[in-house]
Amino acid sequence: MTHLILRRLATSVLILLAVSLLVFVATLLLPGDPAQAILGQQATPERLAALREQMNLNDPIWQRYLSWLGDLTVGDFGVSAASGGPVIALLGERIGASLVLLVAAASISIPVGLLVGTYSALHRGRTGDHITTGASLVLAALPEFVIGIWLITVFSTTIFPILPSVTMAPPGEAVWNYPSQLVLPALTLVLVVTPYITRMMRATMLEVLDSGYVEMARLKGVPERQVIVRHALPHALSPVAQVIAIQLAWMAGGVVVVEFLFRYPGIGQALVDAVANRDVQVAQALSILIAAVYIVVNLLADMVGILTNPKLRTGGSR
Amino acid sequence: MSTSVVEPPTTTKPVLSARDLRIATTSGYEILHGVSFTLQPGKILALVGESGSGKTTAGLACLGHFRRGLKHTGGEIHLAGTGDYGNILDLPEAERRKLRGGSISYVPQDPALSLNPAMTIGRQIQEVLQVHHYGDSEEDRRARAKEVLAEVGLENSETYQRRYPHQLSGGQQQRVGIAMAFACRPAVLVLDEPTTGLDVTTQALVLQTIAELAERHGVAGLYITHDLAVVAKVADEVVVMLSGEVVEKGSTAQVLYQPRHEYTQKLLSAVPDLAGRRQVGRVAVITEEHPAINLASGHVTAVQALQIPPSSEDRSNLLEVAGLKLSYGSNKVLGGIDFSLARGESMMLLGESGSGKTTLSRCIAGLNDDYTGIVRLNGHALSPGTRARTAEQRQQVQYVFQSPFSSLNPRRTVCESVEVPLQMSGTLSRKQRRVRVLEALDQVRLGESYLDRRPGDLSGGQRQRVAIARALVNAPALLVCDEVTSALDVSVQASIIDLLRTLQAETGMSMLFVTHNICLARHISQRIAVLQHGRIVDFGSTDEVLKHPQHEYTRELLANVPTI
Repeated sequence: MTHLILRRLATSVLILLAVSLLVFVATLLLPGDPAQAILGQQATPERLAALREQMNLNDPIWQRYLSWLGDLTVGDFGVSAASGGPVIALLGERIGASLVLLVAAASISIPVGLLVGTYSALHRGRTGDHITTGASLVLAALPEFVIGIWLITVFSTTIFPILPSVTMAPPGEAVWNYPSQLVLPALTLVLVVTPYITRMMRATMLEVLDSGYVEMARLKGVPERQVIVRHALPHALSPVAQVIAIQLAWMAGGVVVVEFLFRYPGIGQALVDAVANRDVQVAQALSILIAAVYIVVNLLADMVGILTNPKLRTGGSR
Repeated sequence: MSTSVVEPPTTTKPVLSARDLRIATTSGYEILHGVSFTLQPGKILALVGESGSGKTTAGLACLGHFRRGLKHTGGEIHLAGTGDYGNILDLPEAERRKLRGGSISYVPQDPALSLNPAMTIGRQIQEVLQVHHYGDSEEDRRARAKEVLAEVGLENSETYQRRYPHQLSGGQQQRVGIAMAFACRPAVLVLDEPTTGLDVTTQALVLQTIAELAERHGVAGLYITHDLAVVAKVADEVVVMLSGEVVEKGSTAQVLYQPRHEYTQKLLSAVPDLAGRRQVGRVAVITEEHPAINLASGHVTAVQALQIPPSSEDRSNLLEVAGLKLSYGSNKVLGGIDFSLARGESMMLLGESGSGKTTLSRCIAGLNDDYTGIVRLNGHALSPGTRARTAEQRQQVQYVFQSPFSSLNPRRTVCESVEVPLQMSGTLSRKQRRVRVLEALDQVRLGESYLDRRPGDLSGGQRQRVAIARALVNAPALLVCDEVTSALDVSVQASIIDLLRTLQAETGMSMLFVTHNICLARHISQRIAVLQHGRIVDFGSTDEVLKHPQHEYTRELLANVPTI
């Protein structure tokens, strides 16, 4: 098992390296000169040349890549071109704010998705099942900005003016001090992610419920609740973990749209701003960060798969 | 129907009796039309019938369990020891649950699917003891789990109990299933084809365990099967079912040796037997109707006839395999296989699962190209892998797969499936192809009416015929049949074997018949190669191998073959 996990880890590191290369090349291809972007149109050629020298822009590309990568490994994300401060300080607060949103959305959508999916599977073909599958299909078909706008219309305009439509925390103060502002963005993410988890849970649960070992458990006289919890659920979880991983990873990136919609001060906003301001260092740092979230979350899902499958855990030895 | 059969006189009070049991689908289609039987303590009743006859449905009804889409519409099941011998189907679900696994337990068909793969076997046995509150303490239950594992002949140490199902062999898994069924000392045991996937040696062990335990503990057994040879070995009484009705019942000796119903006679005549002739007087041998082979004089004549080929060209072997090896990493699957196959000859490749027999046949057909060694067809070495072979070479070797349920595309009509090999050669027009397809369907005794039907409308035997037609359509020189009858009922198996023999006589093609069932030997092959752990351990003419087996493994198989 350790061998398997180590191999997964090694692959993950390789993928992260490949992503870093892609991100680096992509930012190279962006139009415009970072030095020019920092100093503005009125900069003198001497000052531009000096800044280029300072930012090592005259070094060969591979050398710039390696030194950037070296800095990354020790947690140095460079200096923001727009603000002049270190990227890490600029992003720290934003990352925290986004994490709050993600964790809130995930901790609601995962249990709700699993429960509703299981309920739906256990009531196959009955009214409750039809309602949940129908509702999840409709929600899954709607893009996040439509859901967001719809929520704003319902809860923060004339219909039910009870929740704020935008986030307006005073600078320097943490977002979680204003919980009511978190509700709509988190709810939007929940409504986008939950249907997929529900549908996947229902599908795998149905398959597991029809399996030989579930029938055998029933024929052994095991009480129904124990049949579900001990015999069915563990087998349904591993495929669902993959879907949850993809959804969590999507949230890390998809949060961009939702944050923009609610003016939420998270990494999504930061990324939009960074691209608008040609703030190469920040854009690079955020892209790497989001990629890392994708990789880590998928790695976790694989681990769940390995842990719930004794065949992989015991190395298949007879 | 069941009422017309005379009940055998019973001396003891039955443990379980099913009376006029009726079960229908939720849409109202009746599946069981009034089935009745009784189980006596310490005796085993065999419930015989082919797939779809409702035997499993009847067996599960004894546990008060109905599969999804089925409902109980009439009849009663009485179980001794439940209050005043009441009808268990009237009990509320919670009460029925307490009976299951306790007073009446179930041994499933396929232990690989029925044991929870994520739970250790020890815990699975403990669980059944726990839910039925066996004994007074955890200590008692642990002791019982150890005891019952020893009873089924398995190791009962703590480390063994911590194993997962995938770490056991098929036979061991099935014995864990039996241990689980016996754990709470049930009064009734329902066994649903518990030895189907096992080779004869393991089957014999499992059957012995069941018979011993049933006798020692006075358990009444309901043994569901379609294998009459197994029935002869374990059962005291037999009930024969045909499409939801009991057509014959009586003692084993009476039903097997003096069958009254036409269907029982047909079933009996379909059982392959090792000797190639029935010891039982009136029952026909399946190959007897076969004009090409005279069974009385044996297959040896056929081999000899083949050894005097008419022309010089035919003297060479059709297929030669030399030094064929294949391994995945350190796992050696095939360790140097050499054999040859003459024109028009049929050879059985015998081995249990994991012996490498399917891998070998796939290598020959070019479906597996990871091998080293030489496969020669008509004296020309074939490249490994179908893509590297010429179209003509591909057409010469055709393959029929084990399960006709997965080898035919359900969205294609029979004609579309069968004409694929013709499309690949690309020389015939649509009309010409259809004519050729029709010829092939004719060869497998399916008429024009099948051309535009889809696999979903066909029975297992008909599907396998279509799969064979697809292999025949290019007139191959070698037909590789990979366990082609394993997924089929005994009676259908007989008709497919019959068909293959006839086809071979008609077309003069060679055949490689891959199987785990040694009983088919005399019915299909002139020579046998016995494969174990990727090596041929016994090789020779069928008669030679069956009469004078050279290897311990073959001898063991032969000793354990159940016969009627």
